[in-house]
Amino acid sequence: MARELVLKEGEVDTRGIVPINRQTFKDKLNAYLHKPFSFAVFLFICLGTILSAAAVMWVLIYTFYRGLVYIDPVSGAASFNLTADLFAWRWTLENNSMMPALINTLTIAILSLLIAGVIGIFAAIFMVEYAKSTNVFVKIVRVAAETLSGIPSVVFGIFGMIFFVGLFGWGYSLLSGILTMTLMIMPLIMRTTEEALRAVPDSFREGSYALGAGKLRTIFVIILPSAIPGIISGVILGLGRVVGETMALVFTAGSPMNARTASGLMDAGSTLTVYLYNLTNESGELANVAWAVAVVLIILVLIINGIAEFIGNKLKKEY
Amino acid sequence: MQKNSENAENAEMSESIAKVNTRAVIKEISMKVLFAIAAALFVLAVLTICIYLLIDAIPTIGEIGFVKFLTDDRWLIRSERFGIGSLVVGTALSTVGALVVGVPIGLMTATFMAFYCPKWLYKIIKPLTNILAGIPSIVYGFFGLTVIVPISRELLGGGGLNLLTTSFVLGIMILPTIISISENSLRAVPKPFYEGAVALGATKERAIFRTMFPAASSGVLTAIILGMGRAIGETAAITLICGNIDQIPGSLADPFITLASAIASGMGYASTTNLERPALIAVAAVLLIIILLITTVVMLLKKKKY
Repeated sequence: MARELVLKEGEVDTRGIVPINRQTFKDKLNAYLHKPFSFAVFLFICLGTILSAAAVMWVLIYTFYRGLVYIDPVSGAASFNLTADLFAWRWTLENNSMMPALINTLTIAILSLLIAGVIGIFAAIFMVEYAKSTNVFVKIVRVAAETLSGIPSVVFGIFGMIFFVGLFGWGYSLLSGILTMTLMIMPLIMRTTEEALRAVPDSFREGSYALGAGKLRTIFVIILPSAIPGIISGVILGLGRVVGETMALVFTAGSPMNARTASGLMDAGSTLTVYLYNLTNESGELANVAWAVAVVLIILVLIINGIAEFIGNKLKKEY
Repeated sequence: MQKNSENAENAEMSESIAKVNTRAVIKEISMKVLFAIAAALFVLAVLTICIYLLIDAIPTIGEIGFVKFLTDDRWLIRSERFGIGSLVVGTALSTVGALVVGVPIGLMTATFMAFYCPKWLYKIIKPLTNILAGIPSIVYGFFGLTVIVPISRELLGGGGLNLLTTSFVLGIMILPTIISISENSLRAVPKPFYEGAVALGATKERAIFRTMFPAASSGVLTAIILGMGRAIGETAAITLICGNIDQIPGSLADPFITLASAIASGMGYASTTNLERPALIAVAAVLLIIILLITTVVMLLKKKKY
């Protein structure tokens, strides 16, 4: 005996109704058979995607393979490449350590992020919290920021060389490099901070004003803490940019062949990328060092991107 | 009596509030000025960069001769022949090559990500494109030099440092720019555009390429132009794989030189006492002017919105 369907009030018997907005796999196949051109386009789309994914995997997997596996230039025997020698505190002709270059990279990255962070965040606060978007000054700043973010790194390098190295007389030094990198990442930090500030609901501001807080207090106590994940993920993206930069640093922080730690801000120093740049034309033994530097660079960038994405995703969940 | 004391209390309070207020107002205003100065620094930075490069470049170009500088196709620093003809042609050719490789693949990937990709796959592909954007350009250059150059040498003969290798590597490098911007602009097109096309009987592909792409055209164009900007300005990778020979390449197998690679490869040993170094700075100024033009085009394109 078939069971009677008991319908509650307002319910409709849906048995036997075929949803016309659903396509089964068979329907799709049928449609494609009738329109072979569409099917060809579909295949083309899939092919393009596969090629993109293959390109990333090729670069990543090959770099990891050559970076982690040491291949003896004479015998071809394989062993682990990232030896402790490569991370020795001091660089010598024997160990080819990348530690000094890593320290130079981090020094430049942290100091330029500090300066660019303050400028970028303050500028973003002005753009979002103070100025009206129709303001001429705001428009000019926006155009300037966009222009700055489009300038190629080699042009920044040449500018840094004329301005900081030459005109200010700082020579090839970490300081010249830091200020050049500051100019490069300022627009990135301003843009991400602007987005984060705009994502804070207006009710937060209104609530704060209603409780008697002034504008400054509202910004520093209410808005900035709410926007902090977005701001931090922007700063971390900036970090990734500094770590991966080569050309702007060759012309400002110098590219000494012996990769030692810079003795101070006024001393020249190779970063990891510049060290790799110097090693690119070497073969045999040094090629293994170059691949090791490449894989360390990629691992650094992967970690940085991962953290930025993790923090950025946290922001989305909040409101 | 009670009223009087209340009034006195009120007067006292409002006085103290006024005191606090003036201090607060000064603080508010000074911080506002500080924020405005930070914003003004952006304008200052752009102006300083443009002015200093041009101040350095204009006398040099004048000394070389404006027409000779632009049209001579020999770039021989050592014998003081400074013609950027071959540099400009090399930059243009490698950029076109990069676009030929990168644009079709990038647009197809963006289409897939916007319209076909199941959620689980999106979670894999999206980070992959971010990684592609994050890999330092010097790593691409080194990868190109040690992996792609030998392949190109086998395919085309010669040294392997040529237009084909460069186009291929540059094509991969501009992929993330093209993918992320065109995907975003495809997603920004209102859904009813697509639904309307499908309801009229169009296949999914037809709906995408005949309604969504035209609607997102300004975004897609922006993506392509920004990719072009990246290809023109790319230096660290190109310098390693283009060969740096000042000739107009006759085929894909010929080595060549670009504006950016001429600067990077020449600066190391350029002398400051004669025109060698100033000439390289002039090349940087030319590169800056090209990029400024591209930025202007991008900003004009951005005006269209739904």
